[in-house]
Amino acid sequence: MAEERRPKQCTVVLPTESMKAMAESIGVGQLQEESCAALSEEVSYRIKEIAQDALKFMHHGKRCKLTTSDIDHALKLKNVEPLYGFQSQEFIPFRFASGGGRELHFYEENEVDLSDIINTPLPRVPLDVSLKAHWLSIEGVQPAIPENPPPAPKEQQKTESTEPLKAVKPGQEEEGSIQKGQGATSAEAKGKKDGLMRMKPRSTHELSVEQQLYYKEITEACVGSCEAKRAEALQSIATDPGLYQMLPRFSTFISEGVRVNVVQNNLALLIYLMRMVKALMDNPTLYLEKYLHELIPAVVTCIVSKQLCLRPDVDNHWALRDFAARLMAQSCKTFSTTTNNIQSRITKTFTKSWLDDKTQWTTRYGCIAGLSELGPDVIKTLILPRLTVEGARIKAVSDGPVVSNIDKIGADHVQSLLLKHCASVIAKTRPLPDNVEQYRADYGYLGPMLCSHVVKARAQAALQAQQVNRTTLTITQPRTTLTVSQSGIGGSGGSRTPSIIKVPSSLTLMSTRPGTPTQPSPPATKYIVMATSSGASSTQQVITRTSSSVTSTVASATSTLQPLVKLESGGAGGLGGSRPLQKYIVVSLPSSSSLESKSGVLPPSSASPILLEAGMKMDCSDSPGASTQSPH
Amino acid sequence: MAAVQDGQHNLEVEKDIKTEITNDGSGNINANSSSPGSTSSGGKSKSPAGSGEDQQTLLAVLQFLKRNKLTESVDILRREAGLSADADDSPVSESAGAGSGGVPNVGADGGDANSLLSRVSIATPVAPPATAPPKVVAASGGEDQPDVNVVLSAYSQQGDPVMYPLYYNGLKKFIESVLDCHRAELSQVFYPLFVHMYLELVYNNHENEAKQFFEKFSGDQECYYEEDLRILSSMSKKEHMKGNETMLDFRTSKFVLRISRDSYQLLKRHLQERQNNQIWNIIQEHLYIDIFDGMPRSKSQIDAMSGSLAGEGKRDANKAKVFYGLLKEPEIEVPLDDEDEEAENEEGKPKKKKPKKDSMGSKSKKQDPNAPQQARIPLPELKDSDKLDKIMNMKEATKKIRLGPDNLPSICFYSFLNAYQGLTAVDFTDDSSLIAGGFADSTVRVWSVTPKKLRRVKSAADLSNIDKESDDVLERIMDEKTASESKILYGHSGPVYGISFSPDRNYLLSSSEDGTVRLWSLQTFTCLVGYKGHNYPVWDTQFSPYGYYFISGGHDRVARLWATDHYQPLRMFAGHLADITCTRFHPNANYVATGSADRTIRLWDVLTGNCVRILTGHKGPIHSLAFSPNGKFMASGATDSRVLLWDVGHGLMVGELKGHTDTIYALKFSRDGEILASGSMDNTVKLWDTLKAFDDVELDDFTAATGHIHLPENSQELLLGTYMTKSTPVIHLHFTRRNLLLAAGAYNP
Repeated sequence: MAEERRPKQCTVVLPTESMKAMAESIGVGQLQEESCAALSEEVSYRIKEIAQDALKFMHHGKRCKLTTSDIDHALKLKNVEPLYGFQSQEFIPFRFASGGGRELHFYEENEVDLSDIINTPLPRVPLDVSLKAHWLSIEGVQPAIPENPPPAPKEQQKTESTEPLKAVKPGQEEEGSIQKGQGATSAEAKGKKDGLMRMKPRSTHELSVEQQLYYKEITEACVGSCEAKRAEALQSIATDPGLYQMLPRFSTFISEGVRVNVVQNNLALLIYLMRMVKALMDNPTLYLEKYLHELIPAVVTCIVSKQLCLRPDVDNHWALRDFAARLMAQSCKTFSTTTNNIQSRITKTFTKSWLDDKTQWTTRYGCIAGLSELGPDVIKTLILPRLTVEGARIKAVSDGPVVSNIDKIGADHVQSLLLKHCASVIAKTRPLPDNVEQYRADYGYLGPMLCSHVVKARAQAALQAQQVNRTTLTITQPRTTLTVSQSGIGGSGGSRTPSIIKVPSSLTLMSTRPGTPTQPSPPATKYIVMATSSGASSTQQVITRTSSSVTSTVASATSTLQPLVKLESGGAGGLGGSRPLQKYIVVSLPSSSSLESKSGVLPPSSASPILLEAGMKMDCSDSPGASTQSPH
Repeated sequence: MAAVQDGQHNLEVEKDIKTEITNDGSGNINANSSSPGSTSSGGKSKSPAGSGEDQQTLLAVLQFLKRNKLTESVDILRREAGLSADADDSPVSESAGAGSGGVPNVGADGGDANSLLSRVSIATPVAPPATAPPKVVAASGGEDQPDVNVVLSAYSQQGDPVMYPLYYNGLKKFIESVLDCHRAELSQVFYPLFVHMYLELVYNNHENEAKQFFEKFSGDQECYYEEDLRILSSMSKKEHMKGNETMLDFRTSKFVLRISRDSYQLLKRHLQERQNNQIWNIIQEHLYIDIFDGMPRSKSQIDAMSGSLAGEGKRDANKAKVFYGLLKEPEIEVPLDDEDEEAENEEGKPKKKKPKKDSMGSKSKKQDPNAPQQARIPLPELKDSDKLDKIMNMKEATKKIRLGPDNLPSICFYSFLNAYQGLTAVDFTDDSSLIAGGFADSTVRVWSVTPKKLRRVKSAADLSNIDKESDDVLERIMDEKTASESKILYGHSGPVYGISFSPDRNYLLSSSEDGTVRLWSLQTFTCLVGYKGHNYPVWDTQFSPYGYYFISGGHDRVARLWATDHYQPLRMFAGHLADITCTRFHPNANYVATGSADRTIRLWDVLTGNCVRILTGHKGPIHSLAFSPNGKFMASGATDSRVLLWDVGHGLMVGELKGHTDTIYALKFSRDGEILASGSMDNTVKLWDTLKAFDDVELDDFTAATGHIHLPENSQELLLGTYMTKSTPVIHLHFTRRNLLLAAGAYNP
C-alpha cells in the first residue's frame, strides 16, 4: 500500500525536566510530576502547531530556511504576542554540552559591554538591493558566462563518461533517472529501444575563438619562463569552472609534452607539466576520469623514468619524482574504483619494476616513492619485507668500489627515502623496545639507522600527544609567511639557533599529500602556537615541516645531537609555488634542553635557495609564535 | 480611474454578496439551534418535518438581523426565503418593542420596517404564504459548515476502544483479499477511515489506544498524506481538537471518494455480513462515496487524482459549464505597417500577414462558441492610452518568434543582488518595461528596465503653473528631478507576498502579511488605497487582465474579488479548507482560479460566485498557477515539485510534468501557448512542450464523462530544456510580447 515506511516521527515530547526548570525560572518551586507531564504534552503540541504555521511563512517567503521572524508571524496568527528581540543572524551558533547523563544544546549569550558597542565604529551600511540581468539561455543554449553555473556539472560529466550511450539533449541532464513507479518498466524498454535507434551523437569538440585564445594563453604561460604568469595560469586552471570543453586539449597537451620532454631530458618543463596536472586535479568542477588514460602514463613517466634531466648528478629530479608520486597517490585516492582498479594496477607496476634487479637507482627511487605515497598499509605490506634486500643493495654501492657517482647518489636517495617512510610506519606498528641489534637482525644494513629514526619518531609522537592535550590557538593566515632569516641559519650562532624537529607525518596534523579535491580550502598555512611557559628569554620554538627528501642528511646528524628545529624541503624544491597545505607547529620548550643546542642542522644540500625564499622565512610580525624567537 | 458603466449592475453585485453571507450565517445558526438528533441523521431528514422547523429558524434569524439593524439583509433574506411579510411581522415587532422600550428610536425603527415591508411587497407581489420552499434549506445545507460542537459530538457514539485495531485490521485483510481490480479502489477507504477512527479514539479520551492505533497503522497510509498525519499525530488530547484547523476540516467536510458500483457493493456486503457497524457508521457519516458505473479505476488513476485534504472533488462539482473562450477583442483599426517596417522586410510580406491573422483576425471576426457573453462581466471602457497600447502590442506580436521544440526561447535572467533572502514576490508589466519586487522588509520596489527612468508627477502647486493647453502636457507634468531607475514604496507593515501590475501600468497592487492589499499609483509613487478585509496574511493578489477588478486570497481561506474603486469586496469565494496560496484570473476575466494549501485548485465564476471546478491531484500546497493564452488549459505547480496540466472545459487532469526537485514558484505559458516555462526553488528553469502534451491526451467520451484519465508517462519527452541558475531560486517568469522569456529571482550566495 504505502510506498515507503515512514520513521515514527512527531511523538517527541519535551522532557518533564525542562518543564520543571522553566517553572523554577518563574518562581514556581514544587511542580508535581503529573502537572509536569500534562504541561509538557500541552507545550509540545503548541510548539508543533506554531512550527507548522511558521513553515507556511517560510514557503511564502520563498526560502528553505526557517527564520525567527517566521515564528513571530506564526505567533501573530495565533494572536500571541511575538517574541521580541530574537532577530536571527544567518547562523545561530548552537553549542552542545553533555555531562552527568544529560545532553544540552544551548546558545551562548555573551555579556556585552555597552560602552564597547558605543565605541566601536559603525559597521558598513549593507549594499542596497540591485537588479542585474544576464542571459540564462540563448535560443536554448546556455552561454558559458560567470553568471551561469559551470556548463557541465561534475555529475553530468560522470554520467557522460560512464554511460556514453545516453543521448543528452543540450541543457538537459539526467534523463529518465528521476522517474520511477509503474511506468518504469515501459520507460526502460523505451530507453533501450531509443539507445539502439540513435547512436550517441558524435560530440564535436569545437572551441570558440575565445576558448582557443584562452587555451593558447594558458598553455604558453604554463610552460613559459615567467613565474608570475605561470602562477596565474595555474590558478585559473585550478579554479575556473568552464574548462570542461577544453579538458581533452589540456590532457593531450600534457601527455604529448611529457613524451617529448622526457626524451629531451627537460626537467623544468616536466615540472611545469606536472603542476598543470595538479591544477587540473584541484579544479572542483572537472571530472577527469575520462582523461586518466592520458594523464596517468604521463605522471608515471615522471615518477619512474630512468633519466629526467641532463645532469642527473646535480639536478634535483628527485623532487619531481616525489611530487609526481604524490599526484599519483592523489589520483588513486580520487579515481580508483572497483571497475578501473587504478590503485592496484599502479601498485603492481611499481612493484614489478622495483623487484627487477636491473632497474636503475633512479627508477628504483621512483617506484619506492610512488608506493610509499600510497599509504602506510602499502608500506607495511610491500616495502618493509624488502628492506633487507634493499639494504644489501645500498650497502653494496656505498661500501663497494666507486663505480659511478650517479649510482652512489641514487643509493643515498633511496636510503633516505626508505628511512623516512618506513620509520613512521614502524614506529606505529612495532612494539617497544627499540633495540639496535634487533633492528639489524630484522632489517639488515638499514636496521641501525632505522632504529634511530624510529626512536626519534616515537619521541616526537609523545611530544605531539602532550601538545594535543594543551589548549591550542589556531591562527589561519595566508601562505608562506613563516620565514626564517637566512642569517640565522647560516650563522647558527650558539644560543640563538632556531632548531627544527621533524614530526612523523603519520602522527601529526600535517599532511604530506597534495591538497586533494576533498579539501577545497584555500592553501592556507596553519600555525599552531603553543603557550609559552617561561619568559621570552628562555623560549625556543620548534618549527616543523614535513618533507620527503631531506632526511638522509639529518639522519647522520641525529646520532650526535637532537635537533629541535629542522628545516626540510617540501619535496618539491623546484615547485615552490604549488606547495600543498602544510602546517607549522610552533612549540615552546623548556629552555634547559635546547639552549646549548648549536645545531646548525640546516643541511645546505637539502634546502634549495628557492625553498628558503618561498617558504621558510620567519617573520616576527606575522605570528605570535614567531615573536618568541629569543634574542639572546 | 476606470469607470464601470453599468452602475445598476454593480449595486446588484454587492447585494448578492450580502445574501451569500447571510445565507452562510443562517446555515450556522440553523445547525446550532436544531437538535443533535437531526444533525446526526444528516441530510436524510424528511422535508415536511424539517420545513416547519426551518421556518422557525428563519424567523429567528430574521429577528436577530433586525435587532442588529441589518435591515437590508432582512429584506433580502425574506425575499429569498419567500416569506410573506405577515409571517414574521408580529413576532418581530413584538420583539422590537420589547427590546427597545421607551427609546425614541422606536418610531424610526417602525417606520423603517414599514418602508421595507412595502419594498418587499413590491419585489414579491405574490408571496406564497407560510410555506418555506425546501430550496432554501438545500442551499444552506448543501455546503454545510456546521458548528464545531455539533460535529464533535458526532464522535461521541463509540465502540470499545480495544476493538478499533481489530476492526481496521479486519477491513485491511478483507481489502487485501479482494480481486486486484477492486483492491486499489477500496484501498482509498483506508486513509479517511484511519483518520476518523483515530479522532474518535482521541475524542473519547482513549489516549493510549489512539497512540497505539496510530503507530500500528500510520505506516500503511499513502506517503502523500504524510503532512496531515504529522499534524494528526501531534493531536493526542480532546482539548487539542478544539481550534485545530486541520481537524476542523476533517470533521466539517466529508471526505469524497470515487468508487465504482461493483467495488462499493463488495465493501457494503462485507461490512454488513460482519456487522461491522463501527466502520459502517464512519463511512456513512464522514465519507461521501461518489459511486459511478463502469470499470473500477486502476491504482495509478487513483493516485493521480488523490492527495487533497478532503478527497477528490465530487463529479457533480465539475459539471457546470465553463466558458473558457476568450472575449472578442475590441475593434481597433490598426494603422497599417509603418514605412520603416515595410522597408525592413519586403520579401517577408506574406509571412507578416499570417501571424497578424492569427493574433487578431480569427479572434475578432467570429465569436468563440465557448466564450462568455461580452458583457457578462462589466469591463472598463478602453481609454485612448489603452488603445495605443493595444496597437503597440499588436505590432510587437508581428515580430513574435514562433516557439517550438526546435526553436526554444532565449531566457534573460534578472537577479536581485543583495536581497539577503528577503525577496518574496516579483512581477513584470505586460510590456516588460517595469519590474516590481516585494520584500520581507515590507517594502515594494519598482525598477525600470528600459532606459526610460521612473518619474513622479509634480506636486499640486507646481502642476497649477503648467500650461494645460500645450501639446506636451503629459511630459510637463512629470518632475524631472525625481527621475531614477528605481523607486521604493513604503506602507506595509509585514512581508509583501503578492504583487501585481495593472495592465495599463498605472497601478501596482501588493498584498502583505499585515492583512491588507494596497494599491499604489505609479504616477505619484504613493499609496492610494489600503483594502482591508482579510484579517490574516494575504498570500497573493492579481489584477484582472482588463484591469479594474482584482482578486486576493490569504490565510483566512476566502478569496475576495475587489474593484479598485470599492473599499469592500464585490465577491467572497469561500470553500477552500486551508489557506489560499495563489490566485489567478482567467484570460477572459470571467473566472478566477485559486490554489490552496488543502491541495486543491478551485475555479470560481466571478458573476455568480459559484465554485465551478474542484481540481485535485496535487500532493502539496499549490504555489503557482497559469492559464494558457487561449484560456483552455491551466498549469499548476506545488510543493510536491510536479506541474500538473488541466483542461478547464472538462475539468480534467491532462498531464503531469515531473522533473523538478523542489517547490515550483513560477509558471508561464508562452504567448502562443506552445511552451510552458516553470521555475523552481531547485534553481532551474525548465521548458516543456505543451502542444505535444495536450495532443498526446486522447479524450474519448468515457474519460470525459467520468474524468478517469490515464496519464501518459512522458515527462521526459516533453521536457525541452533545463537551465540551471547559479544558486538563484526562480520565483517569477514572464514572456515578453516577442516571446523572450524573462525570469527573476534573488541570488542566494
